[in-house]
Parts: sequence; structure tokens; C-alpha cells
Amino acid sequence: MLITCPYCGPRDVIEFTYQGDGNRERPDSASQNFEAWNAYVYDRLNPAGDHNEIWQHSGGCRAHLRVVRNTLTHEISSVAFVRGDHQGRGDHGSAARRKAEDKA
Amino acid sequence: MSPRRADTGGRIDRLKTIRFTFDGTAYTGHAGDTLASALLAKGVTLYGRSFKYHRPRGLLTAGVEEPNALVTVLKGEVREPNIPATMVEIHDGLVAISQNRFPSLAWDINAVNQLGGNILSAGFYYKTFMGPVFGPLKGTRFWMFCEHFIRRAAGLGSAGTAKDPARYERMNAFCDVLVVGSGPAGLMAARTAADQGARVMLADLEPLFGGSANWSEESIDGAPAADWARRAVAQLAGRDNVRLLPRTTVWGYYDNNTLAALERVSDHKDQPGKGEPRHRYWAIRAKSVVLATGAFERPLVFPGNDRPGVMLAHAAERYANEFGVLPGERIALFTNNDSAYRAAVALKKAGAAVVAIADVRPELSPEIRKLAAEAEAEIFAGHAVVATEGGKALSGLKLQRFDMANGALIGDARSIHADCLLMSGGWSPTIHLASQAGAKAEWNAARQAFLPPKPTQSWIGAGAFTGSFSTAEAIAEGRAAGLAAAGGPSAPSVLPVVEAVPGDPDPAPVFEIRAKGKSFVDFQHDVTAEDVRLAHREGFVSVEHLKRYTTLGMATDQGKSSNVPGLAIMAEALGKPIPEVGTTRFRPPFAPVSIGSLAAERFGDLKPERLTPMHDWHLANSATMYSAGLWYRPMIYGHAGETVEQAYVREAKATRESAGIVDVSTLGKIAVQGPDAAAFLDRVYTNMFSTLAVGKARYGLMLREDGLAFDDGTTWRLGEQDFLMTTTTANAGKVMQHLEYFLDVIWPELKVHVTSVTDEWAGAAIGGPKARQILAACVTGTSVDNATLPFMGIVRGELSGVPVMICRLSFSGEMAFEVYSGAGHGAHVWEALVEAGKPFGLVTYGLEALGTMRIEKGHVTGAEIDGRTTARDLHLDWMLSKKKPFIGSAMMDREGLIASDRLELVGLIALDNLPFNGGAHIVEEVDEANPHGSIGHITACCYSPALGRHIALALVKGGKARQGTRAHVSDPLRNRFGPVEIVSNHFFDPDGSRMHG
Amino acid sequence: MAEYSAFSLLANALKGNKDWKPAWRKPDPKASYDVIIIGGGGHGLATAYYLAKEHGITNVAVVEKGWLGSGNVGRNTTAVRSNYLLPANTRFYEHSMKLWENLSHELNYNVMFSQRGCLNLAHTPAQFDDYARRGNAMRHLGVDAELMTKAEIKRLIPALDVSDSARFPVVGGLMQRRAGTARHDAVAWGYARGADRRGVDIIENCEVTGFLRDGDRISGVTTSRGDIRARKVAMAVAGSTGRVMQLAGIETMPIESHVLQAFVTESLKPFIDTVVTFGMGHFYMSQSDKGGLIYGGDIDGYNSYAQRGNLPVVDEVMSEMLALFPGLARVRMLRSWGGVCDMSMDGSPIITTGPLPGMYLNCGWCYGGFKATPASGWCFAWTIAKDQPHDLNAPFTLDRFHRGLVIDDKGQGANPRLH
Repeated sequence: MLITCPYCGPRDVIEFTYQGDGNRERPDSASQNFEAWNAYVYDRLNPAGDHNEIWQHSGGCRAHLRVVRNTLTHEISSVAFVRGDHQGRGDHGSAARRKAEDKA
Repeated sequence: MSPRRADTGGRIDRLKTIRFTFDGTAYTGHAGDTLASALLAKGVTLYGRSFKYHRPRGLLTAGVEEPNALVTVLKGEVREPNIPATMVEIHDGLVAISQNRFPSLAWDINAVNQLGGNILSAGFYYKTFMGPVFGPLKGTRFWMFCEHFIRRAAGLGSAGTAKDPARYERMNAFCDVLVVGSGPAGLMAARTAADQGARVMLADLEPLFGGSANWSEESIDGAPAADWARRAVAQLAGRDNVRLLPRTTVWGYYDNNTLAALERVSDHKDQPGKGEPRHRYWAIRAKSVVLATGAFERPLVFPGNDRPGVMLAHAAERYANEFGVLPGERIALFTNNDSAYRAAVALKKAGAAVVAIADVRPELSPEIRKLAAEAEAEIFAGHAVVATEGGKALSGLKLQRFDMANGALIGDARSIHADCLLMSGGWSPTIHLASQAGAKAEWNAARQAFLPPKPTQSWIGAGAFTGSFSTAEAIAEGRAAGLAAAGGPSAPSVLPVVEAVPGDPDPAPVFEIRAKGKSFVDFQHDVTAEDVRLAHREGFVSVEHLKRYTTLGMATDQGKSSNVPGLAIMAEALGKPIPEVGTTRFRPPFAPVSIGSLAAERFGDLKPERLTPMHDWHLANSATMYSAGLWYRPMIYGHAGETVEQAYVREAKATRESAGIVDVSTLGKIAVQGPDAAAFLDRVYTNMFSTLAVGKARYGLMLREDGLAFDDGTTWRLGEQDFLMTTTTANAGKVMQHLEYFLDVIWPELKVHVTSVTDEWAGAAIGGPKARQILAACVTGTSVDNATLPFMGIVRGELSGVPVMICRLSFSGEMAFEVYSGAGHGAHVWEALVEAGKPFGLVTYGLEALGTMRIEKGHVTGAEIDGRTTARDLHLDWMLSKKKPFIGSAMMDREGLIASDRLELVGLIALDNLPFNGGAHIVEEVDEANPHGSIGHITACCYSPALGRHIALALVKGGKARQGTRAHVSDPLRNRFGPVEIVSNHFFDPDGSRMHG
Repeated sequence: MAEYSAFSLLANALKGNKDWKPAWRKPDPKASYDVIIIGGGGHGLATAYYLAKEHGITNVAVVEKGWLGSGNVGRNTTAVRSNYLLPANTRFYEHSMKLWENLSHELNYNVMFSQRGCLNLAHTPAQFDDYARRGNAMRHLGVDAELMTKAEIKRLIPALDVSDSARFPVVGGLMQRRAGTARHDAVAWGYARGADRRGVDIIENCEVTGFLRDGDRISGVTTSRGDIRARKVAMAVAGSTGRVMQLAGIETMPIESHVLQAFVTESLKPFIDTVVTFGMGHFYMSQSDKGGLIYGGDIDGYNSYAQRGNLPVVDEVMSEMLALFPGLARVRMLRSWGGVCDMSMDGSPIITTGPLPGMYLNCGWCYGGFKATPASGWCFAWTIAKDQPHDLNAPFTLDRFHRGLVIDDKGQGANPRLH
């Protein structure tokens, strides 16, 4: 499996660490909504099909990526930085990202 | 001895004689021979024994799909079992032996299994060997008794235990077009794609490119097909954008067009060339793949079809044309299709007599009759072979008239004298890689074969792989595939002209001749047609049930020749068309792959070693090293004649009496920097860090999101926006990822950067009553007195010319300092400290003494923060800030995490003054005979020199409330039972007066 | 239907094996049942068997999407053991072990359970202590366990590299002698035959497409072979739990589906007798009666329903294999396959009533499903029959995560890929 890191380009899955379901929303730190906390920590959307998930390019730029991947075919339809604009990575990063988005 | 070598023909070099042995007998062959062809040329008919019945078996094929002729290749003590003789290229000194026979291949005791006949039918294991319900053989005992013998009878070759001295190598490769298979289709595809400028890789599992062209009777562009192939390969070899991979089996088709291949680099040589590995594992990322993997010929299923001397037709054609070997003198053929007639002609040309061609079809085309005439063979149209004769070699066969419409045999059988019978049951495209890539094969009724599915990844098929069995089609499709794969325009060009041997690609839909006797479907596993019908009778009718119940297709050849006949017989039994029985999805590997190649460079070198800057010093100074994760750390610095316990007791005692020094470079170190660094740490740690003064350190505790304890360590505030976090050695990587996740995913608004600096800093912890004096003696540029360097204070100075950072913190409970320097200076600083300490009686100490002193102090480590404990369990609730939320704060008070019966940290003192064992359990009442009622377990233990007692830390149910009470240690594994007193985990100097000093 | 025995084999052999009958019937679904079990894998079939045998509930249908046993019961590494750390797991798996020990007799079907032992190798003194903790935990629950020294291990497994020069030298190990292996497919077939003989309808090629409701209550399923009603609908579809729960309108679960690869070598003469596991990675291996070495490692580590993994895990597993058995470099991997595992948030399973009225749930088996088969079926049958869990599965609730009552043998927290 290859994941096209918007910063580094296409890289083998061995370079990445899976961080799971990207649909989960962390409650505000001070929140006392325990149901929301439980859902965030324990409950997963586990679709057979396109899955919005987080990967860290741990063997590369270490950025966290939002990847849409089909769990039946392993086909990846989009990759983007989790951080909206990913500050501090310079123009090169955003140019590469735009390129990746164009392709997608 | 009927098989023999022809005087001319084939790829072999008759001028080069190769010497090898098989089962201890010396043989010669020629360069270019396989073990199979060389032995066949010497008249060998018996190559192996089948799995279940130990029936004598000869060569069925000439290639990778061989189910019968499996051998073990010996290289000194190293064994390579289960290699098809058809895939072993002979070389001088080759030693091969046969398998699964005792005492010899010719006389095998287990052949007695054949007498078991109908009892040993498919699935018989499931119905017996259960044994009595009562008595000494009840339960699983009777089965295990039987199994002992079954296991010894089963298995093929033996694996060795000696380490393979060979080297294995991995290559990652990238190309535009990977062409798999180098027959006419593959060669055309490669050539066309290369002409388009694409980076091309061409792989074939055979040593010689050309595929069917190498044994074809046809000509291409006026030359024999083999010569055309040779020229095409030469052209490709001269190109910079083409890489040729002979002897390379592409065995796996993984996601995103990642293909795995095995190149047998030096198996065909006596010794590998300089720098050559034995095998090379290719991971190939191809933009596009051309699958030109050809097709496998299928056997026909009839009684006695497994007798040595019965062979696939094209295999004989290959032996004759590629190796100049005649598999017999008097050859008969049995076929349901036209392709076998080519073999008849080839064998006739090579010098054999073709005595008969039995064809199940009543009507034969004039072209085919012409071929038979060319072979001077008598045709028996509408006939079938119903029996074969002979022992370890074929002596004859019986023919009978056959009605294709209803499978009936008519009239009397007639005998034919022959020493070789060639069979052809049609062809199955080699669609394995396409199937692995993710799609389901499609049945084609005309071809009587499964054809490749529509691509789900980026591949294009060509040639026999697609069911186009003629060379002309292969060439046209190869060219089209090459163009498409390279993304080139479909420019018209002249295709090579093929002068083909005529033949209809569609076989008659006949798979089995039902007559008396054992008819084999899966040769290696001895699955007969009756076994398939028995599976049907018992309801194992889906293809997967059929396979699993009968073991059809589960042998080392993975059913390459047996799957379709097996399905066909099941389909007939069910009265359904074949596709309704289904086809199995092929899984990697296409053909067996050496495990050495898959480990590649990691064979003998599983994981990297992490060494601290002081590693060599430790080794030179009598340290016994301890492997901790990837790191190596000193366990003790032993003196001559000391036990481990004596050493650590001495080290710990000396530290508490004067001073000791320990290498702490392995601690995880993370630079946390930026305007929001303090705020971030407040969220990450349970306690406050924003209130920490610059130049001070603080002990911190982290929780996971679920509220359980995660990691602890000290974090040093080096500047307003600059922190140095330390983590436990084991959790360094996890903590780093944890921090990055929160910064990148959860709180992107925080302006913080984290950097792993574990390897940038060397650390030495020096502690003990004289530690300060030692530092004072060697550190310059700063004072280390209590005012300048109070508890948890940080100073910068110089030590032996090297800048150092010193933090006064203590794990041992003594007045202690951690001295950090740049990693490159670590050994130098360490040596300077050791030198400075000499007058003060400084000792070096290892992990054992470190552990001892921390147990005495009751500090926690990974043994207590084990992913199941909370801060409260460890009496660290004083660190849970109430002023702010932090990671885990919302979840840490759930009912299960505050229950009263949780395991809590306590200290234990052995009342019998005997040593504890790590992992021992705690009980209220000892019951040595029937241990029960565990209330907890020991996490760490030692002899405490400070207390003069055997002590331990333990996690005990409701432990806090049990302090001051007695319990027992219960360690049935090591037969250690005894009374203990439960005490606070802070054994030694509980108020910390020594470290605050 | 005839009993299987050496005698019946002989009698049938004399008649050319013509008289054998199907191991289970292939009925069409009836309009309604007392209990529908979704999932004709090991757990579903075992549940049906014990419902009939232990609770006399025989008006039961097992509906299976594909062929019987096509899920993980047919694609695992066949190890059976009860060497867990935490009491809830140890008790449950030990109950399973006891059922295994008599299973062939009970089912009149040889599932070839062979108690050849399971050895966990320890590579540091600290790990050895960890294993001692686990072994002692087992012993205090009446489960067999013993520590082995390096010398004993060398005698038991001569092919194992126990040299001090190994990257991770073996210092000792934890042995459970009663552990072993079984013939995986036979377990499914044996339970199917046993359930069928007691009147359970096993309906293959019957895919559940939705749930029927009676108010709030689940009252049946819609399938590719029509609607089937039932008072109780039980799910044993580990690997597909997410998918089937979504049909019931439950979007999220404390489960991720991950692909776990397994491998087998070509057939070899006896090489190792026991199941052996590597302590400094994730690798386990045994040898089948046919002679193939059966082995595996970690899950691939990402959500997948594809029953198909990728190369990084292949390479890692082979490397770990050779670290233990350097003589195997020239042995060849014959076949690999992938199973889809329900990875729960604490590495332990769920066997419970609910979560919807009329529904019963069995899922979250992680790596442990095969060895659990008998106890899973036994406990689930109890839960379905009595509408409450047995003591053995009482801890395996669905709400334990939210309540902080996790059963986390590996201590990894809510990170399924690490369990």
C-alpha cells in the first residue's frame, strides 16, 4: 500500500503509523460530557468502504494526514494534512499538497 | 532404460558435462539441464513418493507446477527441502536426495498405506482416532498417541537446524512497466514498452527467456520461434531502460501495484559469485503491469494416471525440444484437445515412436489428422485410456471406446505397449497474480477455463494468460499491452509473422474417465476422483469445503494442475455448471518463496542495536550488559567471583555510603519549545508546569486519554519557552507520538514544536552523600552548592572542558545530580566524573543497583505503570491538579477506575528473610497444593542493603488499607511460599531528607 | 445419522464409501425460529450446538452469508491455550480449554485437539518475571503453567536458537502443557454436524440484509433468502460486526476491523512439537499434522475488510521467524492468507445481551477467537437462553469501556492496533 504524503510524495505504508478513525471529535478539554468523552475514546466508525482516518508519516516528515481509504479495496482516494494549512512547512509543502489535490 | 538423450536439439550445451548426485548415485548432465531433464536423460523414472499413499511417482511436468518430483538439495549441513526437480538447475557438486520414503525411494515401507485403500478416504481422520471416553486414554490422549505416528508419516522433506550461511538481499525497485512472463506475449510487451521509452522490468521464473517459444514447433518471422525469442531478448538486453530478471518468480501482487518477486541469483552455481546473494527479494512498484504468465496444462483424470511415465504432453515437448531428452521410446498420447498433437510431432522429430493418440473426441479436424500423420501415429478418435500398467515405470495402457456425450465406455479394452503416456486435459490460464490483485476469475465455457477478471489494479493481460492460446494472438496482445502499459499511442506497425502449428484452442469438456481403479486429481496429496465424490456425498460441495475436506489443491503445487479437474468432477456430481461450484481466490505466493529471502538483510540481524555513548567504557570495565528494548545497558559491573546479587548489593551500598554513578543516556528526551510550550505541558501532564521557574525541573505524570497512567519523568525548564522533557526509556517513542498527535491533530493552534533529542544528549546520574563533593571537584563555571543548585535546580557549567548541564534530582533517594552533555562528549564526561570520584570511593552501578535503590524508595517504573494502573493506584494522586483539565482528567474518575478493590501499590517485607521472585503472587492464606485466592503480585523485588531485608513492591487489591497487615507470597511456579508484611512502598528515607540534604 | 468410528469407516470402506450421508442438512429457511444466529462460523455454530444441547432450544437457525466456516474459523493459526494474565480472560479461556479436552468425544468428530503445549519465550529477566506473574495468575486459578529454563527449552525445541549471541537471547519461557492446536475446519464441521443432529437448521449462502423490528424490539432478519422471524436474534459475526451492526442502525462500536495475515510453509517432517511464541516481537508458530509450519505475527494495523494484507507484515514475520529458527531460511512459505479480526478497545471480547431489545451480541475476539470457540458458544448460548450472562462472560459486557471496567491483558488502552 502506498500513501501519497502531501509533503514527501508517495511512500510505502511501512513509513506510516495508523492513528485510527478520523471522524472522532475530542470534546473540549474542560467538558464534563462523559458520553462525548466515551464516544471519543472508545467508539469507532468502522465502515466497509471509504474510511476517514488519520495516519502519521512517522518514518518521514511526521505530519499527521487525513486519509480517505476504502477498507474493502485499500484504495486511497484522498490524502491531506490534518492541520488545515500546516504552518511552518513552507511553500514546498503546500505546492506538493495542491499537486496531490489536483490529482485526486 | 527407455528415456534417453537425443543427439541434437535444446538449450543444453552437450560439450559441458556437469557432475551431480541424486540419492547418493553419481550422474552426469549438461549445462542447461534441470535436475529433472538430466535424470530423465539417464533413464530415471522414479522421482518421489506421494504424500498419503506413498505411491511411486515420476515427472508430471517440466516446470514450476511439478507436484511429484520433489527433492531436498543439500549444501553441507544446510537443507533445502521440497524443491521440484524441474526447477533445480544442475551444477557441479549438486547433491540432491529424494523425500518421504524409507528406507529408499524404490522400497518404501509406507507404501503399505495403499492397502488402506477405501478406509483412508477423504476426511477419514475426522471420523476416527477419538479413542475411549473413559480410562487412561480418555480426553485427547488416544488421539495424541495416534497423532504421534501420523506426524512421522506425514511431511515431505526435512528442514535443517543449522543456520544457513547464505546471504539474502532485498531490492526496492520502481518502473513504468513490469512484464511478468517472457513468452512471445511478454517479450513483445517488453519490447514495445521499451520502444516507447518506458522503464521496463521483465521477469521470468525460468533461467531462459522465451517461454513457449523455447519449445515451440512454430516459426516467427521465418526463424524458429526460439531463435526469434533469442533475438528479442538480445535487443532488450542492450537497452538502458530495460532490466531483465531471469530466474525471477513474481509471486505476490499487493496493494497499489506493489509486486513481490524472488530472484534465485546463485542457486544454479556451485558457489555464489563475488558479492552475490543466494536469493534476492524484489519489491517492485510498477506504474503498470503486463501479465503474460501463460497457462498451465491440465492432466486428465483416469485410472492409473499417476504411474511413473505418465506425463503432461507439453512437458514431454519441453523435454524433447528444450533439453533434447526423450521421455520414452514408445510414446502414446491421450487428449481432449488439439495442443497434444504438437507434442506428438515434436517427439517424433526428436526420434521417438508415437504409437497411438487416443482422443476423447469422435470428430477430428483434417489439420489435426495431418499432424498425427506427420507423427506417424495411429489415431484412436472417440477413445479413452482406462488403465495403465507397470510398476515403477510404465509398460503399457488400455484403451476403450468412449462416448463423450455420456461418459460411457463401450466395448472391450485394448492393450497398447508403451513406455510413456502423454496426457492433455486442456489449459488453465495462469491467473494467480490477477486473482491476488483483488478480483474474481470468470469461467469461459469455450476454453473450459477460468479467465482473468477485469483489472482492479493497474494491469493488462496478454497471451495465453487471457485465454488467447495461439502465438499470433500472444504477439498481437503483447504488443497492445506494451503500448497501453507504457501509455504510448497505438501507432500501426508490422507485427511479426507467425507460421503456426494449427490447432483449435477449445478442448472437449471431458475431465475424467470413470473406470475401475484410482484416478488421481491432486497427485501430491493423493486426492482421487472418488474422494471428490465422497466430499459431495457428505455435503462438502462448495469449492472451499471441497479443498479443505479432501486437501485438494493444498499441496506444494497449490493445485496448479488439479484445481479445475477437481471442480469439474464436483460440478458433475452436483449437476451444476463449473462456475457455480466456484473458484478459489488465489493468495500469495504464486509459488513457494524462501523465508530467507523475505527476511533478507534482517536474517541474522533482526533489530538495530542502540548503544549509549559510554557503551565501550562499560564493556571495558567489566559491565554485564542487559538488553532493554533495543538498548543495551549495564546490569552490574561485576568483580571477579561475585554473583549478580553480591555485585548489586555492593554497588547500591557504596552509593548510599559514598557515591555511585549510572549511565542514564537511554532516557527519552524531548525538546518542547515554543511560546505555548508551558501551556501545552499543563495539558499533557497531570500537574502544573507553567508555574515552574526557569532553571528548575519538576517530576511529571502523564495519563492516557482513558485516564490511566501513561508515563512519568522530569521536565526541565531551560528557558521561558524551552523545556527538556525526559521520559522512561521504554516509552520514549510512544510519548513523542502522543505529543505530536495532540499538537498536530487536536491543538494545532498551539505554537509548540517537539523534537526528539534522546540521541543528542548523554546523561550520567551521580548520587550519594559524596556526590556534591565529586562534582565540586570537577565542574567549573558554576558552583554546585545548595544555594546555586538546590533540589530540582539546573545549572550549566563545564566539565573537563566540555559544556554540561546539571540538574539536581534523584531516583536513588540520595543527593543526586544528572549531568548531561552532548552525546559526542558523553564518554569523555563520564570518564572525567569517574576519575574525579576515585578519591571519594565513587562506584559505577548498573540497572540492578538502580532498581534496588528505587525499590527502597518506592518509585514506580514500567512494572507498575503497566497500562492498567491509575495515578491513585500508585499513590500519585497528589499530582492530579484540580486547577486545570489535562489529558485523561475527564476519564480518570469512572467507576471502574476508582473501585475499592483495585490493585494498589504497596511494599512487602519477607518475614522469613528469604528472597522474593518477580512475578510471585500475594495471597491471604497459603495453599501450596492448590494455590488460589490471589490478591496481587510482586512487580519488583531485591535484597535491600539499606534495610538488610528482602523487600518487594507489589500491586495488591485494596493495598493501601492492608498496610501493616500480613499476607503471604505464593509462587507455585518456583515453589516459594512465605509470610510477608505489607508496608508502605516508601521503605527508605520516606521524608526524603537524604536527597534534600 | 450414523456415528463416526473406526468401525463405521471400515464398514463404509467395504461398501466403496457409497453410503456416507451429508454431515449436515441443507434446509431452506423456515418463516420463523425461536433463535436466529447470524454467522455460521465457529462461534455461531457452537452457540447453536450448546443452545440445543444444554438448553434444549432446538428451533434455531444459523444463517451464513457464504459457506459454513468461511470466516476466521477457517483462517487462523489453530492455537488453543488459556495462558492469559487477567482473571476474567483466564477463567473464560480455561473453561474453553476444558471443553476442548473432550470436544472430539462430545461431537463424535475428531477435531484433532492435540495438547502439545504452548511456550512463550522470554528474552530478558524482566520479561521472565512478567511471564512468571502470568503463570502464577494461571496457577492461582487452577490452570497449569510452568516456567522453563533455557536448557529445558533447548531440549524441547532443538531447532531453536538459544545462543547468547542471538539479538534477543532466550532466557527462559512460560509453558502451558495443556495448550495445543486443533484442526480448525473440523471444529466448524463438527459443531455444524452436532447442531444439525439436534435439529438446528444451518442455512448457508444466506446473507442478512437487514433487521426486522417489532417496535423497539428486533424480531428477525431480512436475508437474501427471504425474511426470517425470531424471538431472539444473536450475532456471532466477528470480523463483520461493524457492518452487521450498521444494518441494525448502530453506527459506532468499540471495535475496529483489522486484517491479520497468517502463513504456512511447505510440508516438513516433524520440526517442532509445541506452539512457540517470540517475546521480543509478535510471532507464533506451530506445526500441523500435515507437516506445514503454521505461523503469524501482528495485524497489519489499519482498518480492513479485505482479507488481504501487505508486505511489511510479511517481512517482519519472516524476520522474526528466522531470528528464532535460523535453519528455516531455505524452507519456503507456501501460502498466506488474511482474516478480518474484530479488534476491541481492550483486547478482550464481548458476549452480552443487547444492545437492542431482542438482540444478543458476540464479538470483539481480536486474535483470540479460535481457541475461544467452545466457551464462546457455551456462554453465548447461556446468555441467549437465560437472558443474562453466565459468570464466565459477565465481565465481557459492551458497556465496560464506558464504565472503566476494561479487561486489558496487554495494557495498551483504547488502541486496537496494539492489542
